[in-house]
Amino acid sequence: MTLLIEQTLNGIQLGLLMFLLAAGLTLVFGIMDLVNLAHGSLYMFGAYFCASFTAWTDSFVLGALLALPAALLLGVVVEIVVVRKLYRRDHLDHVLATFGLILIANDLVRAVWGPDGRRIPLPAWLNQPIYLTPDLPYPTYRFAVIVVGAAVALFLYWLVTRTRTGMWIRAGASNRTMIGALGINVEALFTLVFGLGAVLAALAGLMAGPIVTVSIGMGDNILILAFVIIVIGGIGSIKGAFIAAMIVGMIDTLGRALLPDLLKSFLSVTAANTAAPALSSMAIYLLMAGVLVWRPTGLFGARG
Amino acid sequence: MKSRLFASAALLGVLSAPAWGQQSIKIGFVSTYSGPQASIGQDMRRSVELAVEHLGGKMAGKPIEVIYEDDQFKPEVGKQKSEKLVQQDKVHFVGGYIWSNVLLASLKTVTDDGDTILISSNAGPSQIAGELCNPNYFSTSWQNDQTPSAMGQFVQDKGIKKVYLISANYAAGKDMLAGFKRYFKGEIVGEDLTKWPDQLDFSAEMSKMRAAKPDAVFTFFPGAHGVQFLSQYAQTGLKGTIPLYTAFVIDALSLPQLKDLALGVPGAQSWVNDLPNEQNKKFVADFKKKHGVYPSFYGAQSYDTIMLIASAVEAVKGDLSNKDKVRAEVKKANFKSLRGDFKFNNNQFPIQNFYIQDTVKDAEGNFTLKTVGVAMKDAKDAYGDKCKMK
Amino acid sequence: MTELLTPFATWRGRIAALVLVLLGLLPLYAPWLDAAGIISQKFALTLMTRVLILAIAAISLNLILGYGGIVSFGHAVYIGLGGYAVGIMAHHGVTNGFLQFPVAIGLSALFALAIGALSLRTRGVYFIMITLAFAQLVYYVGVGLEPYGGDDGLTINRRSDFAGLLPTRGPDKTTAFYVVSFVVLLLVLGLVHRLVNSRFGMALRGAKSNEQRMQALGMPTFRYRLTAFVIAGAICGLAGALLANHTEFISPAMMHWTRSGDLIVMVVLGGMGSLLGPVYGAVAFLLLEEFLPGLLKVVLTWLHDGVAAVLGPGAGALESWLRLAEYWQIALGAILILVVLYARGGIDSLFGRPRHG
Repeated sequence: MTLLIEQTLNGIQLGLLMFLLAAGLTLVFGIMDLVNLAHGSLYMFGAYFCASFTAWTDSFVLGALLALPAALLLGVVVEIVVVRKLYRRDHLDHVLATFGLILIANDLVRAVWGPDGRRIPLPAWLNQPIYLTPDLPYPTYRFAVIVVGAAVALFLYWLVTRTRTGMWIRAGASNRTMIGALGINVEALFTLVFGLGAVLAALAGLMAGPIVTVSIGMGDNILILAFVIIVIGGIGSIKGAFIAAMIVGMIDTLGRALLPDLLKSFLSVTAANTAAPALSSMAIYLLMAGVLVWRPTGLFGARG
Repeated sequence: MKSRLFASAALLGVLSAPAWGQQSIKIGFVSTYSGPQASIGQDMRRSVELAVEHLGGKMAGKPIEVIYEDDQFKPEVGKQKSEKLVQQDKVHFVGGYIWSNVLLASLKTVTDDGDTILISSNAGPSQIAGELCNPNYFSTSWQNDQTPSAMGQFVQDKGIKKVYLISANYAAGKDMLAGFKRYFKGEIVGEDLTKWPDQLDFSAEMSKMRAAKPDAVFTFFPGAHGVQFLSQYAQTGLKGTIPLYTAFVIDALSLPQLKDLALGVPGAQSWVNDLPNEQNKKFVADFKKKHGVYPSFYGAQSYDTIMLIASAVEAVKGDLSNKDKVRAEVKKANFKSLRGDFKFNNNQFPIQNFYIQDTVKDAEGNFTLKTVGVAMKDAKDAYGDKCKMK
Repeated sequence: MTELLTPFATWRGRIAALVLVLLGLLPLYAPWLDAAGIISQKFALTLMTRVLILAIAAISLNLILGYGGIVSFGHAVYIGLGGYAVGIMAHHGVTNGFLQFPVAIGLSALFALAIGALSLRTRGVYFIMITLAFAQLVYYVGVGLEPYGGDDGLTINRRSDFAGLLPTRGPDKTTAFYVVSFVVLLLVLGLVHRLVNSRFGMALRGAKSNEQRMQALGMPTFRYRLTAFVIAGAICGLAGALLANHTEFISPAMMHWTRSGDLIVMVVLGGMGSLLGPVYGAVAFLLLEEFLPGLLKVVLTWLHDGVAAVLGPGAGALESWLRLAEYWQIALGAILILVVLYARGGIDSLFGRPRHG
C-alpha cells in the first residue's frame, strides 16, 4: 500500500514537472500559433544557468532565483532576433527554424560549459527524505517539486482566468485578429508571452536539474513528451495541459513500476524489462492517437 | 589552372587528413565526443594523446597519426564512422569504443569487410568473447561480465544473502547482471533493467527497492547515469539504509561530481589509479600535471591500446603489409601495461586481476580511488570456451 | 520523345540532368577520384549509396509534403518498417529478395493505409503530432523487440539474394549495390513524375491550395490524399529495405523522430514540390553532415593565416582555431534558419523558376 502511495507521488511529481514545461509551450503555441521546438533548449538553459549560479552563490535557492530572470532575458533576445520573423510563416517553417535553434543551442552550451554534465548540489535540508508516515519516507526535494509545481499551476490558473493579461491570452488563443482589434500592442504581448514561456521552461529545467543532472540535449527527448501533452490537452488550454500532464506522468511512472512485474509472470526477466518501458511509452502515444481520432483538436482544444 | 589547383587543394584538405605522407602509422579512434557522455570520450582522447607523447610521436620511426571519430553515442553513427576510417582513411588499426552496442554494430565493417585490426578500449560484449570471436579483434579492457563477477564474488564473500539488481537495458547492462549472478549465490529479490539511455529518473525503481527490503543493491550505470543514480539514491534516503555495490559507477570522471556521495560505496575494476608499477605512476602523474584531474580507467585502457599497437609495430619494424605477422605480434602483448603483466586469453581478451576500490581524499583534498583488495587473480572470462580460436 | 527533351530547354532542366548524370556515372569516375587522392573509391560509393537511398525516402515524402501539403512528421517509420521486414526475415534465414522486398513494401503500404485513414481527418499541427505518435508507437515496438536486439539493433549477416543476379559479398557488392540504388531512384523519379502530372496529381495539388473548392467540384479529396499517403509510404518502405541491405544493420534509430525531421529538412532544403528537389536536398544535407567539419577547418585555416599575416604570433596557435570546427552544428543550425527565412524555395529555386506550382 505504501508502495502504491509512493509511486503515485512519483507520478504526480513527474506530471507537475511535465506540466511546467508544457504550460509554456501551450501558451506560446496557443497565442502566437508558433511551434517552438527550441522550448526544450530553454529548459536546458534554465538548468545550466541554475547550475552556474548555484556554484557561484553556493545556494540552490539563490541560484534558482537568479536563473529565472536570466532565462527571461534569453527568451526575449531569442524572440526578437529569430522567432519574431517566423510569426507570419507556416508551421513547417517554425519546425525547421527552431530545429536549427536546437542545433545551435546544444553546441553553444558545449562551447560555454564544456561537454561534461553538471550536478546541481542540493542543500542538506532538501537532500534527505521526510517521513510522511513513520514507514513512508519520501525525498524532500521531490516533495518540494510537487509543492512548487502545484503553486505555479494555481498561479497560471489565476493569471489566465482572473487578470486582464489572462483575458488577452484567452482572446489570443481563440481569435487572434480580435486582440489586434482591441487595441492591444500585439508585438509586446507576444514578446511577453514568449518570455513567460521561457521562464516556465527554465523553471522546469532547473527543478529537474538536481534529479537528472544537467546535460547537453537534456531537453530534446522531454520536448516531444511535452508536445504530446499539449496536443492531448488541446493547444492553448492550460487546463488541458495540466490534466494531460498528470495522465502522462501517471502512465509513465506506474508503467515502469508495475508492468515489469506483471510481464515477468509470463516472460523472461530480460524480455519483460525490455518490453515494459516500451509498452508504457507506447501507451502514451496510443493515448494521444486515440484522443485525436476521437476529438481531432484534443480534450480542451479551442481550435484546429 | 591556378584556381583549379586551389580548388582541389581545398578539397584535399576537406576529404583527407593532414598529409603526413604514406609512411605514417594510422590509428582510428572511435569514441563519444559529444552529448551527455562526452566526458568519457574526452578522457580517452587525452590518454591517447599522452600515449602518443610518451612515444615521442613515433612508432618504429614512423609518425603516428590518430584520427578521432565521434560515434555520438549511437550504434548506427558509430558504424558509419568506422566505415569511413577503414574505407576512406585506410587506417591500420581501429581503437576506442565505449559502448557494447556501438561496437557490435561496427564489428563486421572493421574486422571482416575491412580486414583491419580492432582493439576495443572499453566495450567487451559476451558475443565477441564467445561465438563471434575474431582474429582481428583484441581487447585492452575486459569482457563485460568480469568486473561485476568480481563484485559478485566480493558480495558473496561478505556473507550477504539478499540482493536487488538494477542496470541499464542494453548489451553491456545485460552482461553485467549475468556476470554478477555467476558468482553471487544468494537470493535475488528484485531485478530492473532501465531504458537506456533515455531514463534518468529512477524514482519508481527506488520505491520498489525499498519495498523489497534487500540486504544490498548492486548497480551498473556508466558515466552521467551513474551520477544521477547515486544522487537520487541519497535523496531517497536509501544510501544510509541499504548498502550499495557498483560496477562502472564510481570513477575519476564521476567523482568530481559525486564527491562525498561516493564515500563508502565500493566498486570493482581491473585498473585503479594507485596501482604501484612504474609506467602507471608516470601515466597518472603526467596526466594530472597536464589536465589537473585524475585519469579514469577508460583513459588507462585507451593508453594501453596505443602502447599495445606500438609494441606490435615496433616488432614488425613498421612494416604493416603482412597482416598475419602483425596480428601475431599484437597477440604476444609484449608491452608494459598500466596494469603490470598483461596476457591474452585464446579469445584475445586479457587475463588479469580485478580489484576492489574505495573512495578516499588525496593530499590536496580531492576525491580519488584507492585499491583496498584483490577480488580475483588472473581471471579469464567465461566465454573463451565458446571461441574456436586457439 | 520531344517531351523527354523539353526539360533541357531551361537551366533548371540542364542542371537536373547534370546532377543525375554525375550520380549515375559515379562508379566510372570513382577510381579517378581515388587516384587523385580526393576520396577513396569504396568510401565514395558507400557514402553516395546512402545519399541515393535517403533521396528516395525524401522523394516519397515530397509527394505528400510538397505536392499534397501533408506534413507528416513520422515518415521515417516506413524506413524502419521496410528495414525490419528485411532484417527479421534475414534473421530467420529467409534471404530471398523477391520475397523480402514485396513484404517490406506491402507492410509499409498497409501501415500507411491504416494510419492515413485515421489521421488524415485531423488538420494542421494535430496532423503533425498524430503522425509522430504512430511513428513513435512503431519505434517503441522496435525498442521492445528483445529477440531482435531491442534498442541495440540487429546485424544482418546476409544481404537480400536476388537469385544470384546481384553479388551479395566480395569486392563487387558495393558497386553493384550502388547501381541498383541508382536505378531504383530513377524508377521512383519516373513514377512520381507521372503521378503528379496525371489527373490524380492535379487533384492532389489542387487540394493543397484549396480543398473546399476541390470538394465542391466533386473531387473525393480525402481518398486522393489517402492514396498519395499510401504510395509515399510504400516507396519509403522500399527505401528502408534498401537501407537495411546497405548498412547490414537495423535498429530502432532508423525510425527515430529525428530521422523524420531529417527527411523534412532534406525536402525543404532541396525545394518542396519540385521533382528533383529532394535529391538535391539529400545530397546537400548528407554531404554537409559529412564534410562540414572539414570545410570549416579549411576556412578556419585561411582565417588564421590571414590574421597571422597581420598580427604575426598574436594570432595564436592554429590548433586552438581548429578546435572551433568541433562546433560545426552551430553552422548547420544557422544554415537551416537562413534557408527557412530567406531561401524559401530551397536549392531548386536557385536554378530558375519552376514551370508550375
